[in-house]
Amino acid sequence: MKLTLHVWRQNSPTDAGRFESYTAADISEDMSFLEMLDQVNEQLIADGIEPIQFEHDCREGICGSCGVMIDGRAHGPQRGTATCQLHMRQYSDGDEITIEPWRAAGFPVIKDLVVDRSAFDRIIESGGYVSVPTGAAPDANLIPVPKETADRAMDAATCIGCGACVAACPNGAAQLFTAAKVSQLNMLPQGRPEKLERVANMVDTMEQFFGSCTNVRECEASCPKEISIDFIAMMNRDYLRSRFSSNGA
Amino acid sequence: MSTTQQPPRADSRTPAEQQATAKRPAAVRYSTWAFEFYRSALGKKYVMAITGVIGMAYIFGHMIGNLKIFISPESIDAYGEWLRESLLYPILPHQVALWGIRLVLIAALVLHVHAAYALTVINRRARPVKYQTSRDYIAADFAARTMRWTGIIVLLFIGYHLADFTWGWFNPGFERGSVYRNAVASLSNPVVALFYITANLALGVHLYHGAWSLFQSLGVSRPRFNRWRRVFATAFAVVTIGGFISVPLAVLLGIVE
Repeated sequence: MKLTLHVWRQNSPTDAGRFESYTAADISEDMSFLEMLDQVNEQLIADGIEPIQFEHDCREGICGSCGVMIDGRAHGPQRGTATCQLHMRQYSDGDEITIEPWRAAGFPVIKDLVVDRSAFDRIIESGGYVSVPTGAAPDANLIPVPKETADRAMDAATCIGCGACVAACPNGAAQLFTAAKVSQLNMLPQGRPEKLERVANMVDTMEQFFGSCTNVRECEASCPKEISIDFIAMMNRDYLRSRFSSNGA
Repeated sequence: MSTTQQPPRADSRTPAEQQATAKRPAAVRYSTWAFEFYRSALGKKYVMAITGVIGMAYIFGHMIGNLKIFISPESIDAYGEWLRESLLYPILPHQVALWGIRLVLIAALVLHVHAAYALTVINRRARPVKYQTSRDYIAADFAARTMRWTGIIVLLFIGYHLADFTWGWFNPGFERGSVYRNAVASLSNPVVALFYITANLALGVHLYHGAWSLFQSLGVSRPRFNRWRRVFATAFAVVTIGGFISVPLAVLLGIVE
């Protein structure tokens, strides 16, 4: 099939940027979205045009590198799917596709479709871990965890940090990412000792970079891992406790 | 090495807290936990939710009281008199409960509006460069995306409503205490009645999102029961606004005159 792409091109973080239109010819419906971009880039290189910069790594929906805004939706039209797992069979001959980078103050554009998501690293650094003493690894199942709790913690832990929640949020808020990273630890016994300090520090760091939640649920709908906003409520609850407790941060 | 001023241990506060406290004068630094909590965006959301609940409790009672207009002029006039003079009397002196409620409502309204304004500023800054193409929203409904506008409409309406029925500025032949007469005098003007209906619909849209959203902001979430939050918000918005709108509609249709 033959498609027309309108792609955001921006040479540097300070460049104003603009849309450029390209024709994507001979696109197979079995290609992934990124393979389609690869083929367009091959053509651009052959034509002496600088290829479109986009971030990608695993191409199997688990690394979180590849997010872009496709026709006004984070990761494109298919729910619960990262850009790399979107396939061209979603499109038909003659379609026009607009591709934009994530837009948020916390995600400055580096070049074309690539944004700097290191604000997420700052959030993780401020509490998204469990402090453990060195020594031999403890025995498995030494700490009993109810199956239901383990499952819910794993639901939160499926977050790949792609940034679609921020990109999709009308307020550029990182609530879903932060809530997933707080909750995956706060729900488990291993994470509980640092629970209140964790939530206070991670929320405070989040608020340095991102907007505020208005509960519109766009993040949940755009998340390639379909992480629930229930975790945001959980984070809000923990944050209140951290502010009320005498030993919280 | 610097000398004596250095604290003995590493500062456990986050960089944001250190920066914030460094910039503020000493008197503010030792503020209460409540102020510190309100300084965070997440704390402001708690304040929005709690003040929202206060507002919801008030308007629900207000709506129930309004329905007395359908019983008789004497009924609603006596109810108004009781609210002003005798609420909780003789536990409290005359008018004390009235002023207590008024002060709580004014404080709640001021906090609700301030938090909304401050959060809007934060959210605008969070996306300095807008998307250059139109967004295709999946989950964000009309109510959620128009909270700021419906909120402003309701705020303007509250001002008009007080000027109409409490201060009597816009009420033709206003008589303090004659609730029934004043209501009919104002709402007999179709323009005013339509304005009341429109403003109440805006309030209904605001409530449709707000009455659901407050559960999230307050962290009230039990996955098994969460669908009831939507049921509650929809029912609350429909019942409350239905009750309110019934009055101007009844005057317009000549049922109440």
